[in-house]
Amino acid sequence: MAQHLSAAARARLAGQRIHHFHGGLRLRHHKKISCDVPLERVPPSERLFVPLLQHGHSDAARSLVEAGQAVLKGEPIGSYCEPDTGYVHAPTSGKVIALEVRPIAHPSGLDGECVVIQPDGEERWTRLEPIEDWQHADPATLGERIRTAGLVGLGGAVFPTAKKVEGAQARGVHTLILNGAECEPYISCDEMLMREQPEKLILGARVLRRATAAERVIIAIEDQMGVVQRVLDSALKTCGDGAVEIVRVTTIYPEGGERQLVQVLTGLEVPSGGLPLDLGLLCLNVGTAAAAADAVIEGKPLIERIVTVSGSGISRPRNLIALLGTPIHDLVERCGGYRGDVQRLVLGGPMMGYALPTDAAPVVKAANCILALTADDLRSPQPEMPCIRCGECMRVCPAVLLPQQLHWQVTNQQWEEAEEYGLMDCIECGCCDFVCPSQIPLADWFRYGKGVLVNRASEKRAADHARHRYEARQERLERLKRSRQDRIAEQKRQLKQSSEGKRKVAEALERARKSRGEDEGRSP
Amino acid sequence: MSRDFAIGGAPHFFPPVTVQRVMRDVLLAMLPGIAAYCWCFGPGLLLQIVLAVGFALAFEAVMLKLRGQNLRLFLSDFSAVVTAVLFALCLPPLAPWWIACIGMLFAIVIAKHLFGGLGYNVFNPAMVGYVVCLISFPRVMTAWLPPLSLADVPITFLDSLAAIFTGALPAGLGWDAVTQATPLDTLKTGVDQGRIVSEIRRAPIFGDFGGLGWEWIANWFAVGGFWLMWRRVISWHVPAAMIGTVIALGLIAYLADPGSNPSPLQHVFSGAIILGAFFIATDPVTGCTSSRGRLWFGVGVGAITLAIRRWGGYPDGVAFAVLIMNMAAPLIDRYTRPRHYGEGKQKHE
Repeated sequence: MAQHLSAAARARLAGQRIHHFHGGLRLRHHKKISCDVPLERVPPSERLFVPLLQHGHSDAARSLVEAGQAVLKGEPIGSYCEPDTGYVHAPTSGKVIALEVRPIAHPSGLDGECVVIQPDGEERWTRLEPIEDWQHADPATLGERIRTAGLVGLGGAVFPTAKKVEGAQARGVHTLILNGAECEPYISCDEMLMREQPEKLILGARVLRRATAAERVIIAIEDQMGVVQRVLDSALKTCGDGAVEIVRVTTIYPEGGERQLVQVLTGLEVPSGGLPLDLGLLCLNVGTAAAAADAVIEGKPLIERIVTVSGSGISRPRNLIALLGTPIHDLVERCGGYRGDVQRLVLGGPMMGYALPTDAAPVVKAANCILALTADDLRSPQPEMPCIRCGECMRVCPAVLLPQQLHWQVTNQQWEEAEEYGLMDCIECGCCDFVCPSQIPLADWFRYGKGVLVNRASEKRAADHARHRYEARQERLERLKRSRQDRIAEQKRQLKQSSEGKRKVAEALERARKSRGEDEGRSP
Repeated sequence: MSRDFAIGGAPHFFPPVTVQRVMRDVLLAMLPGIAAYCWCFGPGLLLQIVLAVGFALAFEAVMLKLRGQNLRLFLSDFSAVVTAVLFALCLPPLAPWWIACIGMLFAIVIAKHLFGGLGYNVFNPAMVGYVVCLISFPRVMTAWLPPLSLADVPITFLDSLAAIFTGALPAGLGWDAVTQATPLDTLKTGVDQGRIVSEIRRAPIFGDFGGLGWEWIANWFAVGGFWLMWRRVISWHVPAAMIGTVIALGLIAYLADPGSNPSPLQHVFSGAIILGAFFIATDPVTGCTSSRGRLWFGVGVGAITLAIRRWGGYPDGVAFAVLIMNMAAPLIDRYTRPRHYGEGKQKHE
């Protein structure tokens, strides 16, 4: 348990006072447009393209199937080399018709290998193994199920959930925070999940509480989600266990960022370079919790997710339940197609999402939102101006950084200074970028700078390692040399001391003398 | 059918603010003060502004061309115009036309572009131009007019035009008759002569707190300054720290020796304290960048200004104080970096 928390901090935690974080932006929500229509399940597309590269936290999964093979719904079709990242599963039953490299939704913009499945329309499940007695199950069993079900953070960061849960099991957490404060404009998939599947969420919360042995669970929602509060409250009455509570937090971007949410709920800061685990907290997205309920209680792996399809370029914005691998243009069609002059297609929100080069890319586990933006929404192609150090970026930075200084350091490659000024603590929320009057792509610079710092750190580690090895080798050689010398010296000493030795020495001297005498006798 | 899209970096939003808007807001915020100035001292200032802006844009265009920069983009950012207007506000209304030329030459060419242009200059360009002129041409730079209400002969627009371009005053008038020492100057000479402040203040050029007319100009600049704060173009740190320091130090001096020190409000409402606090020391490029740094920057400007007023060779010292603090800004920034989120918090392994 987290004894390291001061009593005051624990009291504050229990008192549920809402704290503040530095900076942030009050953005227009644009959420209502996609919340008016109920969730709808999208039938399997003609072809599903399941990318083996689902997230950036590991290499692509290795395919477990071959072209021509029949698969059942929920059957593993890809497995990761890293053990705790789990599997990729077949989203529906059908035939694998190819393994091919295709455009996928990935920040790199590169194509990736996909398993192409032709659905047979029968939706035949593989054998599911629900953990019936999950309320008394061993946390390790639950963690293992979360791993094999391929659960990742569904808030967009897609970090393998099993890794987080195992960390929590190893180090102990007192509070589990379920993040329902999706603060980015347009995205409403978590809100719709909480509205329409509150029981599943609460059960998921309890499953995760069991898996992490947390004392309590906080579901954080935004203060503008009044409907959600009511729905969750009534669901708590039917399937809650008394340890789950709802806390409403102010809607301000990036409130839903893990570090900001921790600060708002507890008044504490996650240590630089650390994790909420350092405070005895674990943060997971509400979607992840619902998926955990599916994985444990029903035995279903992660093969679908809720996707918000929104933006002024979509005819009828809404939230859809889509199978992984569904091409994005099928979702758009489901929403009445494009409308107006769509200039950019974004996966994720307008602040942190990335632009997709094509809508042929399939839905992945990270796809919380598909945003079609028209020319009116976008930053007009204003030329970049020099930084005038106005400090507006500093005012909005939730990490209390000085982006104006970091920008100078990164562009001038002053890496030590950048590190000292906290570049690695940048959460890439884009607030600075948004308010910059000089239109400097600050967040892009910082992403690049962080990459450089990470590379430098690993190079330094490699260099340090090589140096240690070299030094150790030198020392070993030195030691061997010394011990050899010692051994010889010791032998000499022993020879001199022992009577046997003395005799041998005398004999040898005698022999030498004799041979010399013979030599002398022979000489002319 | 699938469709392809152009890509671009996040955030995918229309930018709310531009450099042009920032500079335009600064210009708009100076309008009330400028209007008050003309009301009190005649239309000479407008001519100085036109001259300074003209020279500034000309020098800016030449330098941009020489440096191979985008002419249209940088000329339309209004930054040179802001420099020019601030410079013109420092000039006596009837200063000859070539003052603006020399001032802008130093401000735009040397202080701004030779240091790297917008965003890279170390010193406040307007203050560099002003200080160069003040040191080089002390006589013309101190030929101030009395408020219109005290002037024997009002100087009209055409009179101003003639005086600025030909140096000729209306028939029968000499420069000595037209110009008059500023309140700050009067105060300084008076104190140096051993007179006491309350006695000096009986002169008609003094108003309720500061100089007659000057105090109202300061008020209107303050109004513009508050508007800039409300627009989030400037932060409160520099003005608050600078004016606060002037009041605090002024009060100490006043309480210690009211005979030779004016009241703190007299300090605040005369000379360039208000203009400097809201429009000059807040220049983001040459000032400090963190909030705590800005506080120290304001404190420094306020303290140095008072020191110059009290012991220096010039009646006012805002320009010198700003330039000195410009030099100190990087050092202050170095020592005032805020603790960022999570910094220094213990990790528990």
